[in-house]
Amino acid sequence: MSTSTQSAASIQRLQHKRQTLDDAYSPPANFLEIDVCNPETHGVNKDRYTDYEVRMRTNLPVFRLKESSVRRRYSEFEWLRGELERDSKIVVPKLPGKALRLQLPFRGGGDGRFDDEFIEERRRGLEDFINKVTGHPLAQNEKCLHMFLQEQTVDRGYVPGKVRTT
Amino acid sequence: FFGLVSQGAEIDIVLDGQESRKTAELKLEDGRKERLPLYYDGETVSGKVNILVKKSGTKLEHQGIKIEFVGQIDLYFDRGNRHEFVSMVRELARPGILTQGVCYGFEFVNVEKPYESYSGANVRLRYYLRVTVVKRLSDLVKEQDICVHTLAQYPDLNSSIKMEVGIEDCLHIEFEYNKSKYHLKDVIVGKIFFLLVRIKIRHMEVQIIRRELAGSGPAALNESETLAKFEIMDGAPVRGESIPIRLFLSGYDLTPSMRDVNKKFSVKYYLNLVLVDEEERRYFKQQEITLFRRAEKRRRPIANSYIEQAIFHHRTAQFGQQQQPTTRAQQQQSQATPPLTTPEDAAAAAISPGRHGDANNSAADSPELESGSTHVSPALPAARSAPGIKDVLGEDDDDNY
Repeated sequence: MSTSTQSAASIQRLQHKRQTLDDAYSPPANFLEIDVCNPETHGVNKDRYTDYEVRMRTNLPVFRLKESSVRRRYSEFEWLRGELERDSKIVVPKLPGKALRLQLPFRGGGDGRFDDEFIEERRRGLEDFINKVTGHPLAQNEKCLHMFLQEQTVDRGYVPGKVRTT
Repeated sequence: FFGLVSQGAEIDIVLDGQESRKTAELKLEDGRKERLPLYYDGETVSGKVNILVKKSGTKLEHQGIKIEFVGQIDLYFDRGNRHEFVSMVRELARPGILTQGVCYGFEFVNVEKPYESYSGANVRLRYYLRVTVVKRLSDLVKEQDICVHTLAQYPDLNSSIKMEVGIEDCLHIEFEYNKSKYHLKDVIVGKIFFLLVRIKIRHMEVQIIRRELAGSGPAALNESETLAKFEIMDGAPVRGESIPIRLFLSGYDLTPSMRDVNKKFSVKYYLNLVLVDEEERRYFKQQEITLFRRAEKRRRPIANSYIEQAIFHHRTAQFGQQQQPTTRAQQQQSQATPPLTTPEDAAAAAISPGRHGDANNSAADSPELESGSTHVSPALPAARSAPGIKDVLGEDDDDNY
């Protein structure tokens, strides 16, 4: 490149504060892990449904519980997505497919929407969805999300709003 | 309808001193790049116009021949809108008849060139000479563009930019850039300090963005272009970490900032700091900076001519060969030196006579003086090789990651 006539002094790094050992070695402030796992199918025949364990570990101050585990089914994920689309300003990621085709008799082969492969694919999609949404700074403080993740049951009659950091 | 016209005559514009004049590259309207002779404000534009009658024996009857020096702004989206801010004309010949080739000299003495040449997305500012041979039915026209650079003084006040920005409770950073005004070969030195990191950052980069605003009012067109992307951090930072920035501007195709040129257009530059998290979400902060063109310190024509003389004499003394003296061309160029406007240039000019005095002596003493090109001037400080990546990383011993 061109030969520079700058002296070494003029392009020295700016002075900066040394990081404390505390800051350097303490756990990062952005710890957030959500697993969607342990799918279980409940009920018999026509009234069967599958739900998943949604397990969360975090150190973000906005969440009341630093560890939580709840069971949620697909329709509750759909409900959450609807609430977020209405209330938050973010572009809400998509959920895995609804599997309408698989619910028709004789179509799809195997067990339809209780098929192991289908459940696994859906589990993965739900895990991606919930991680994306929970990590978003502009959706993190929605009451619907906190209720979904940390309350045992989802109360669809809740009052929408934002959670203030504890 | 420019250039060569089939009606029997070829017009050629030859500028004075073109062999020794610096050139600059400018983009044409169709995207091609053209190398044009470089002029500065106040410099005389002079040369010769050669008109050659193509078929010998034919007569070219004309109503007069003139040459114009024009500076104009073209707004691409408004074809009819060509604004001439400089327009000077010289009559070369009265109405008459040309039977053979003819040559006219012209001189636009100390002509004003208030703005820098600019070729952008929606607007162009150009300077050109136009020769017109007026004829009854259609004129013969030939144009020759030149390139103009404007030089600016190093600003007296050049404060740093320091700001704390972020998203409440998620990300707080403090960024700092060492100056607010940079010259085109400058270095941006800065740092990003992390105060709060509750998101999962994957990498951080700095971009240089040019924003061109053409026209005014409701019809104004805004065009943004990202000229550079430079990654400054890879991985997840934590609180208390400082990330250094060192961005060399000479590697990029930049122009000076232009503010409301002739009330027609503006060109602004921004530094864009972008953080990207694990989910590809982008967090950014744009900050305007001012770019200006400083007079170049190297290749001072006056100093060069002395050096060249010294080396020339040394060569002839040692090898006894006749060599084409380049000194005369150098001296012509020194008279066309651009006006030195910065205080540093004035100081450098004062220092150089002393320095090439030394060169004279050493030329006579040691045959090892010129190793390489004859443009080596001892007045140059030791050239610093272009730093690569290794100069940005690992310079301090207190890197924490």
